Formats: sequence, structure tokens, C-alpha cells
Amino acid sequence: MSDQSHQPHQPQQPVLQLRNLTRVHGSGATEVHALRGVDLDVFPGELVAVMGPSGSGKSTLLTIAGGLDTPTSGQVIVENTDITTADRKTLAALRRRSIGYVFQDYNLIPALTAAENIALPRELDGHSARKARSEAVAALDEMGLGHLADRFPDEMSGGQQQRVAIARALVGDRRLVLADEPTGALDSETGESVLALLRTRCDAGAAGILVTHEPRFAAWADRVVFLRDGSVVDQTVRSDADSLLSGQAAER
Amino acid sequence: MSIRHGLLALLEHGPRYGSQLRTEFESRTGSTWPLNVGQVYTTLNRLERDGMVVQDGEDEAGHTLYGITDAGRDELRAWFERPVDRTSPARDELAIKLAMAVGAPAVDIRDVIQSQRRHTVKAMQDYTRLKAQALEPAPADRDEIAWLLVLEQLIFQTEAEARWLDHCEARLIRLSAAAEQRPEPAPPPAPAPAPVRGHRGRPG
Repeated sequence: MSDQSHQPHQPQQPVLQLRNLTRVHGSGATEVHALRGVDLDVFPGELVAVMGPSGSGKSTLLTIAGGLDTPTSGQVIVENTDITTADRKTLAALRRRSIGYVFQDYNLIPALTAAENIALPRELDGHSARKARSEAVAALDEMGLGHLADRFPDEMSGGQQQRVAIARALVGDRRLVLADEPTGALDSETGESVLALLRTRCDAGAAGILVTHEPRFAAWADRVVFLRDGSVVDQTVRSDADSLLSGQAAER
Repeated sequence: MSIRHGLLALLEHGPRYGSQLRTEFESRTGSTWPLNVGQVYTTLNRLERDGMVVQDGEDEAGHTLYGITDAGRDELRAWFERPVDRTSPARDELAIKLAMAVGAPAVDIRDVIQSQRRHTVKAMQDYTRLKAQALEPAPADRDEIAWLLVLEQLIFQTEAEARWLDHCEARLIRLSAAAEQRPEPAPPPAPAPAPVRGHRGRPG
């Protein structure tokens, strides 16, 4: 009757667990340690921002967390499955069903409408075209993007495309969204609205990792993790913002 | 912070008493810069001395009311028209601290930078959350709009600070890398042909 997950504030299991993750590129004289023993848990409902100078390992962390790259050592556990030891088929299914990606350049398929872009991974996963389509439209409606359903990517602004990409990342049962500089190509006002959407999706129960070098966008996260030279050097936790209103912050 | 002009601006809406001014000042700025009643009365006394406010009777509860004078209105107009002076910057503790940390014995300036960065980003997280709350639903009255503007100012300020910290760190790394790459340490100064002022005209 041991209580192994003694976490009073986070009663749920993490969606993603990174355990002592290392990644070495190259070997010998050209060896580069991109990650040196990183541990990170991301819980349902939590948005974690990863910050750090270029070369600190933040994008490597994200690609490994999403199963797009393999760590040199360590574990990546997504919804209780260690993807570093999973067979190819399990990994492919997990990537399709559990993990969503949001990239800087949106990566929508140009020949498909917004709804079709969102429906595609569900169809590939064996759902009927009709079900996938209605799910996609529902996902867009839920995010206030219903009017974009039949538009092609080149008929949408960058901010709209990125919001559709977030809808795609979280359609179906997927609960983990990995976003790599999702605001990179957007002006700051549009970037804010993309972050606000990501925040809303996490508040609704998804777990998210956001890689960014913009403090203003990282500030939407519950937790900000600082990477330097492949290691987590520091992190912030969110405080009860109401304490700021009690005048405590102004006593300095 | 100009409490003086803040009070004049509030009095332009009509006569008010001291603690009422304090409450209105704080609700306009989300209590970001809390005032105590003592400060309010001290300021009102000075404004009265300078002819910018006058005592204007009492309300039913016996509070002394203050009203703005024409001189007070002129001062207020001038304040809105005049930019806030940036040519003599206020002392900034963080800038002073980093300046002192350069080359300080037993201090790792990167640690100083990181602990500030954590604090600053955390403050940004809190302000950002308050901003999301302030926007949902959209602010309607004067106080809510004013509070949103103040909050966004705090976000911009902390953002600038976080970016400056990133820049300091990158700058220090670049400078130390450049120092390591110099081919050989500078020779001792004595025998080197130091440039001498007014020495034998042009070279070569």
C-alpha cells in the first residue's frame, strides 16, 4: 500500500516523463553533448515553457520528447509507455494518437483545407472519413475557428494557420502538445493569441511543452524551465497571482 | 512616482476627501503602488500651500473635501503635455548590481543573472495571468481599462529586463570567448613601443 506518487497538488499521472535524458551528437573530437541528464515531468493541464540560449538543447529535448529523435540514454515515458524501448509499431501509433506537434512554420498540407488537415491523422488512424471530418469541425468550433474549416492554408493568415495547427495537434484523444517556437513567424499580437489558445487547451486538460526564446510568450506557462549547455539549471513555478494584488509586491 | 499629479487628476472629477483619493488612486492602478493615507494628506497639504487645491467644505459624514483650483488645472495640463524625463534615469538596483558583479571576487555573475532571470520571468508569469483575467471579460469601466494598461506596462518592463539579462549573458560569453582566442597574452607594458603623443611626426 505504498503511495508512490506522493504529490498532493498533482494527483494525476504525468502525461510525459523524461528521465535522465542524454543526447550526444557525433563522437570523438566532434562529440557534442546536446542534453546532459535532463529530468522533466509534465502533468495534464500544465503548460511548461523551455527557455535557454541557442545551443542549450531545447529543440533536442522537444524532438526526443516527441519520439522524432532517440536519446543516447535515459527514458521518455508518454502516457505510461517508454518510447525509447517501444517497437516501431507502438511508437508510430503513440505518435499518431498521443502526441501533437506545432512547428514554427505551421506545416499544414497546402492541398487540404483546415478541416481536412485536422481530419487526416485521424483517418490514417483508421477512423471513417465522416467521423474524422465531424471531429475536425467540432475541434475548430470549440476553438472559435469554425469559419476557417473550408479554407486552404494559403487563404489563411499565419496566425490562423497556427491556430489550426494547434487544433490538429490536439484533435481526438491526444493530450500532449509539443510546440517549437510556435510564434516565431508571427507578429507579437498574433503570437499572443496563439499562446492564449495553447493556454486554453492546457487549461482544458492537455499537457504542453513550449520551446521559446521570448520571455513574453514563456510567461503564459505554468512553469518555465531554463536549459543551459544541455542541463536544467533552474525553473520557476507559478505563484498564486492574487498575492500580487494584495500589495505584497509593492512593499519593496 | 507623481502622487501629486495623480491626486490632481482625480480631483479634476470633483471634490474628494483624503481616504477617498487613496482608494481611487489604488483602484485605477490595481494597487501596484499602494499609498497610505498619511502620504495623501501630506501631499494635499503641499498642494494647498501651493494654491493648487483648496478645502471645499465637508461631506455629510464630516470628511474634509478638497477641490482643484485653476492653478491646479494648469499644473495638471502641463503634466500631461510634458514627457516624463528620461535623461536623468532613476537609480536601477539591478543595473548597479550587475555593474558591481563584473570582476567581483567570489561572485559568479552568471548566477546573479540567472537568479534575477528566474525572478523576473516568474513575475511575468504572474502579470500575464492577471492580464488574461483582466481581458476576460473585456474591461469596461475606466478603472478596469487603467489597470490593464498598468499591467501591460509591468509586462513590457519585465520583458525588457529579461531580454537585457539574456543579452548580458550572451555578451559576457562572447567577450570571454574572444579573450581566450587572442593569440598570446599582451607583452609586459615597459618595453613595448607605446604610442607617444607628439612623437616624431608620422610613422614610415
